[in-house]
Amino acid sequence: MPLVVLAGIVLAALPFLGGSQYLATIGLLTAASALVGQGWNLAGGFGGLTSFGSVMFFGIGAYTAAIIQTRWGINPWFGLPAGAALGGLAGAVVGFAAFRAGLRGSYFALVTLAFAEVFHVLSNSLALTGAGLGITLRLAPGLGNFQFLDRRASYAVMLALLVLATALAHWLRASRFGARLVALRENEDAAQALGIDIVRTKTLAFALSGAVIATAGVVYTQTYLYIDPSIAFSVERSVEMLLVAMIGGPGTVWGPILGAIGLHLVADTAQAWIALPGFAAMLYGVVLLAVIRLLPDGIAGMFRRA
Amino acid sequence: MPPLGILLPSLVNGLLTGGVYALVALGLTLIYGVLHIVNFAHGSLLMLAMFGTWLLCTEAGFDPYAALPVMVAAMFAMGWALYRGVIGPVAAGAGGGVRQDRAILLATLGVAVVLDNFALVLFTGDTRTIDTPYAFDVVPVGGMLISLPRLISFGVALLLALALWAFMTRTDAGRAIRAVAREPDGARLMGIRPERIFALAYGIGIACLGAAACLLLPVFYVSPSVGNSFVLVSFTIVVLGGMGSFPGAVIGGLLIGVTESLGGLLLGESLGPIGISTVFIAVLLLRPTGLFGAAR
Repeated sequence: MPLVVLAGIVLAALPFLGGSQYLATIGLLTAASALVGQGWNLAGGFGGLTSFGSVMFFGIGAYTAAIIQTRWGINPWFGLPAGAALGGLAGAVVGFAAFRAGLRGSYFALVTLAFAEVFHVLSNSLALTGAGLGITLRLAPGLGNFQFLDRRASYAVMLALLVLATALAHWLRASRFGARLVALRENEDAAQALGIDIVRTKTLAFALSGAVIATAGVVYTQTYLYIDPSIAFSVERSVEMLLVAMIGGPGTVWGPILGAIGLHLVADTAQAWIALPGFAAMLYGVVLLAVIRLLPDGIAGMFRRA
Repeated sequence: MPPLGILLPSLVNGLLTGGVYALVALGLTLIYGVLHIVNFAHGSLLMLAMFGTWLLCTEAGFDPYAALPVMVAAMFAMGWALYRGVIGPVAAGAGGGVRQDRAILLATLGVAVVLDNFALVLFTGDTRTIDTPYAFDVVPVGGMLISLPRLISFGVALLLALALWAFMTRTDAGRAIRAVAREPDGARLMGIRPERIFALAYGIGIACLGAAACLLLPVFYVSPSVGNSFVLVSFTIVVLGGMGSFPGAVIGGLLIGVTESLGGLLLGESLGPIGISTVFIAVLLLRPTGLFGAAR
């Protein structure tokens, strides 16, 4: 594994060495996928809580950042903790309601999808979120404003968040809380018999997942200076985070990073090959089917067996 | 509260759309009841069927209602092949229990992603409609003007639902499907091969979408993302009616059609769609067995 980590560090540093904005953009997109994938992985991988609607956290983070600065004049940097807090809160509320009702498996996946749709509809109707028009940020580049003309700076922020999220996953794997989470993923009845509070453990994991994914939404708003309902709450992004985690290796610390790199390699190759809209995403689906059939433990599982 | 003159037609319109929704949901509930699979690809397969119908109408000069038998056969074949080629192997390869449940759910999601984007590659993201001479014909009913194609679609959908029910209760194949749903091991002992029945049931469930597509297209549009809007609608119906329940799917379909229509009327165009998701969440959280489902 150390060799892989070293390779990862070199790869992550690459966009900083050259002055290329293109490389930085690829780095930013890959790190963003890895971050949301890692966020999804915290609950979906370690806890087996397959969510189809985790884009709701991304959207909450994105809108939190936009709203606090355009509506209330609060410093944009405050968006990160505020977005994470609200994402975590949403995860706790949705999770508690769903787990207390005993929803699991496919039912949990569907109810998260429905919650994401509720947020989508709300953001499309409320004045606070600018309804269908969305929110445009005033261009004011500067470190104090959390706005950068240089993509490398945005990439650096995303990368820092990814490191934090991965450290969180690392902690989770070694902690008692993580052990409880894995135990109830493997056998819920047995875990309950051992005295694990199922609702509490799952809710906490989903809240953690929500907080991490929300930070990616905050950085999105700060990078593109615009957010609207269909960007913030798209089903495609929910699928993307799930894909990244499932392809890389659900319930592993490095899986989402491997999955994000793999997915973007596929996407960029496909784009260069056949540049039709939808073609790359179609391959995502094929890859997902192949992974389910051939590599149920993802790319990381391949390394472990070797 | 809007006046009755607006409320009543909106109610009737919702009811008529609900009939077609019921057909979509019947397919979903059949698949769930027999295979215990949450078929997340249902919306995307409907989208595929709608594009198929659209092609038949624009390229081969079919009338959408005349295309119905063709699309039912084609979608049955599609469903059969999908079960044999993708879902069956995934189910067999994933062991059992929670892992199998997740593998199948993700496989149907994978199929949905492939189909949605395949359609995007083939047809681009444009929305498309067909022209029929009767698209805007209306029938006066009790002082209201009811759209003729909606009325036809409603009638045909209910007839097909009835035919499906007769098939399930009156024929040997239908009895075999119900036997496998209830007691797969016992059915095997009686000489029924569950794997074939699963493929048959999945095929029939998807064939419902072929019919629904032909009934929807005269009054609806098709685009690669149209399946997304049907996924939540059809799952809401099935959950509301009780997973696996036939009468539940029909009544749920009508209720959701009305909910959607009244939601749009009372809450407005942008906030209206919240009605469906709210019903879905409320049912799952408060009464997960639905209106007609047995206690789990």
